[in-house]
Amino acid sequence: MIGITSYGAYIPRYRMNRKTIFAAMGWFNAATAGAARGEKAVANHDEDSMTMAVAAASDCLNGCTRNEVDGLYLCSTTLPYLERQNAAICAEALAFRQDIRTADFTASLKSGTTGLIAALDAVRSDDTKNFLVCATDARQGKPGSSMEHNLGDGAAALMVGKNNLIAEFKGSFSLTRDFPDYRRIQEERFSHSWEERWIRDEGYMKIIPALVEGLFKKYNLASGDFAKVIISYPGRDLQNVCKRLGFNEEQVQDNLLTNVGDTGSALALMMFVAALEEAKPGDTILLCGYGNGGDALFFEVTDAIEKARNRLGISGHLKIKKELKNYNKYLVFRDMLPLEAGIRGEEITMARMSVINREGQTLAALNGSRCTACNTPQYPKQRVCINPECGAIDQMEDYSFFDKSGRINSFTGDNLAFSWDPPAMYGFIDFEEGGRLYLDITDTELESLRVGMPVRMTFRRKFVDRQRGIYAYFWKAIPVYEANS
Amino acid sequence: MATGIKNKVAIIGMGCTSFGEFWDKSEQDLIVEAYKEAIEDAGIETKDIGAAWFGSCFDEVNVGKGAIPLARALKLPNIPVTRVENFCTTGTEALRGACYAVASGACDVALALGAEKLKDTGYGGLPDFGTMLGTENLFYTPNLTAPGMFGMVANAYFDKYGLSRDEGKRVLSRISYKSHQNGAMNPRAHLRRAPSMDVLINAPIVADPLGLFDCCGVSDGAAAAIVVPADKAKEYRPDPIYIKALQLSLTPATGIGHQSWDGIHFESTRIAGINAYNEAGIKKPREEVNLMEVHDCFSISELVTYESLQISPIGKSRYDIEDGFYDIDGQVPCQSDGGLKCFGHPIGASGIRMAYEIYKQLQGKAEPEQRQLQSNPRIGLAHNHGGICGSLVCSVAIFGNEL
Repeated sequence: MIGITSYGAYIPRYRMNRKTIFAAMGWFNAATAGAARGEKAVANHDEDSMTMAVAAASDCLNGCTRNEVDGLYLCSTTLPYLERQNAAICAEALAFRQDIRTADFTASLKSGTTGLIAALDAVRSDDTKNFLVCATDARQGKPGSSMEHNLGDGAAALMVGKNNLIAEFKGSFSLTRDFPDYRRIQEERFSHSWEERWIRDEGYMKIIPALVEGLFKKYNLASGDFAKVIISYPGRDLQNVCKRLGFNEEQVQDNLLTNVGDTGSALALMMFVAALEEAKPGDTILLCGYGNGGDALFFEVTDAIEKARNRLGISGHLKIKKELKNYNKYLVFRDMLPLEAGIRGEEITMARMSVINREGQTLAALNGSRCTACNTPQYPKQRVCINPECGAIDQMEDYSFFDKSGRINSFTGDNLAFSWDPPAMYGFIDFEEGGRLYLDITDTELESLRVGMPVRMTFRRKFVDRQRGIYAYFWKAIPVYEANS
Repeated sequence: MATGIKNKVAIIGMGCTSFGEFWDKSEQDLIVEAYKEAIEDAGIETKDIGAAWFGSCFDEVNVGKGAIPLARALKLPNIPVTRVENFCTTGTEALRGACYAVASGACDVALALGAEKLKDTGYGGLPDFGTMLGTENLFYTPNLTAPGMFGMVANAYFDKYGLSRDEGKRVLSRISYKSHQNGAMNPRAHLRRAPSMDVLINAPIVADPLGLFDCCGVSDGAAAAIVVPADKAKEYRPDPIYIKALQLSLTPATGIGHQSWDGIHFESTRIAGINAYNEAGIKKPREEVNLMEVHDCFSISELVTYESLQISPIGKSRYDIEDGFYDIDGQVPCQSDGGLKCFGHPIGASGIRMAYEIYKQLQGKAEPEQRQLQSNPRIGLAHNHGGICGSLVCSVAIFGNEL
C-alpha cells in the first residue's frame, strides 16, 4: 500500500477584501465588479512561492523525522529561480539529507497533482520510502484585471509513503493537452490569458469531464462512490460544474475562492488538505488537478487520519489573518509599484555564493551548534563555546533552531533601516532551550510587540538583488499565533 | 606586574575642527585643520613628530584604507604611521597607540589624529552596515542600524526597571535636553539649537522608542593630540594634561548569542570602567570624577553608561538625570561640549574630540569663557563604545591636570 502519510498547508496572513481592489482599480475595468467579492490571500513582502512551500512543508513535517525523507518535488508556476533548482533550496531549508531525489515541477497548473503522482510512483518503486510534495504559487494579475481579483497565494504539502497511511492511493488517470488558456514566456511577470468564457467552456468544462470519465472508466467507478470530490476549478460556479458531472452538493469540496483565491498549481492540493481535515475513516476522495490537461487521483481515508490532525493546515491558517486594507501596500509587497527606496535602500551588498555554499544549512536551515560540555545552544556554529562559564573548544554537536520556540528579549521598530514595510522590526530572541539570536520579526505590527512575547521561526526572503539575480532567504521570528486568535 | 599608563604620558597640544555637515571640505581639509591647531598649541613642528596614529572607521565612504591618507595630507616625513579602526573607539585607540609608543620610549613625540568624512553617503544616519560584520552576517543579522540596536536597549531598560513608555521617553529627553543646552553654547558644535523638552519628547520616531532628538548628529570632523613622556611635558607647556588611564574591553559577542546578557548594560563598559579606575587609582568614581564625556550616540546609551561606570546606581540614573546631576552646573557635568548628541559624531575623531574638551576644561581654557566649568575640575573621563550591542568594544580614558 502507498499513499499519504501527512499533510500540511500555508496561507499568508494578509487577506485583501476584493472590494479594496475594485475601489482602487474598478474605474479602469468596471467589468471586474462581478469578481470583486470575498477576499484573497496576499503574500507578505518577504514571502514568495519558496517561503510558502517551506511553511507548508514545516506544517506537514510536524512529528515526522526529517532525515527519513528521501525526496522532494516542488510544484509551482512561480518559482523564483529559472536556473538553480528551487527544490534544492527548499530541501536545504527543511534540513533534509543530501542523498535525496529532488525536482521542480513547473509551467502548468497541474504541476501539483503531477508532482504528487510522480512521488507516489517513486515510493511504489521501492527506491524511496518517504517523499514530500510541495505545491505553491503566488501568481500575479495585472492591476485592473479580473485575474488580479481571482488569484491568491498559498501552498500545500503532502508526505507520501508506505507506512502509517492516512489516505491510501487507489489509482490515477492523466490527460495532456496543449490547451493555451494561460501562458507566460521567460522574463515575463504576468500571465496572459485568453477570454475567460472560452477558458471555462472549452477548457475546464471539457477537460475535467474527460478526466473524471477517464478515471471512472479505468477503475470502474461511479460518481456516488466518493465522499468528497476535489475539482481545482477556481470559478464561482464550481457547484454547477460538479452537478453536471453527477456529483451532489455535499460531495463537492470548496475551492477556497471566497477566502484565499486561485492558488494555481497549489489549488488542488490545498483543497485536498482541507478535505483530509474533515475526512472520516473509509471516505473515498477524488482529486482532480486541472492544467494543460490534468490529473485525476483517488484515495481511501484510513483509521490513522484521526492521529494526523495536530497541524494548522487550511482551517488553522484561514483563521490567522490580518486584513490588508491598503491597495498601494499590496502593489509594493508584490513589487508592482516603483517605490523610491532611497539611496540607503539601493545599497545592496553582494551575497557571496561561496559563503552561501560554505555555510550550507547554517544559513539555510538555521542550524547552529550545542556545546556537549555545558549544553548551551549557540548560533551560528561556534568552535569555542559562547557560555562565559564554559569556553570549551571543539566540543560541539549540530543543533537546529528552526523548530525551536523563543521569547522576545528586546525589540525595536526601525524607521532608519530600509524595509519594504517600515518600520523594520527586529530584536533579540531568547530560545526556550537556550541560545539567543538577533532576528528580524515579521507578520506582526510594532504595537503588538512586547518583551517576553513568544515567537517561532519562519523562512522568509531576506533581500532581493535583481542586479545580480539573487533571492536571499533566511529565518525570521513571528508571533506564535493560535489558530483561534 | 603591570604598572599601567598612569602619569607616564602627557598631552601637550590638541586641535579639533568644528564638526558638521561640510559639503565643501575634504578629509584633507579636516585633517590639516585639526593638526595645525594641535602643533600650534604644542609649539612643535612636523619634524619633531616621531610616530603617528591615524583613526578612521568607515573607510568605504571616508578617506580610504591604511594610514597613507594622514601621511599624505600632512606630508609626514617617512615616519611610522599606523591606521587604527575599532568602531566608535577608533579615536581613543589612536590616542592609546600614540601614548603606548611614547611610554615605551619608542619615540619622544607622537601624534594621534582621528578624522571621518561621513556626509558623502547621500542619506542620513551612518553608512549602511553592509558586510561590516562580515559577509556571513549579511544573512544572519537583521538589517541593523545603530538607532535600532539602541532602541532595543531602551525598550529592554523600560521593561526591566519599570518605566512606562512616557516616563522613559521623558528621562531620555532630559539627557538630550542637557546636551542641547551645552551644545548651543559651543561655536564648534554641529547642532546648536536648544529645543524645549516638549519638542524633544514629541519628535518623530527614528527607531522605537527613540525619537530624532535621542540620536546624535552624524558629522564630518577631525581632532588631534600631541603626546610626550610625562616628565618632559613641562618643557613644552606649563599646563600639560596627564594620562591617568587608557583601558579597552571587548565583549566576545556573548550578548548577541548567550542569554546571560540582559540586553541593557554593556559588560565591556563595566569592565573597562573598573580597569580604568584601578589604573588611575580612583576609588569612588562618583566623587572623584569631575567631568565626563561619554558615548552618547543615543540618549539611552548615555543613561546606561552612567550606571555601568558606577556614577549612578544600576536602574536608578533617572533620579540623577532629573536632579541635574549631569548638567553643566551639576556635580559631574557630562557632555559639557554638547557631546556626540550636539557636537557631532565623526567616528574616528570622536574619542579625541572628547579628550579635547576634557583637556581644555582641565586647563581652564574652554572657549568661549561661559563654557568653562567653575568647579576647578581635576579629573576627567572619556568613554566610547561601538560595534553592535551585545558585541561591543568599549574604551575608557581618564585624564588629570596634576601628576
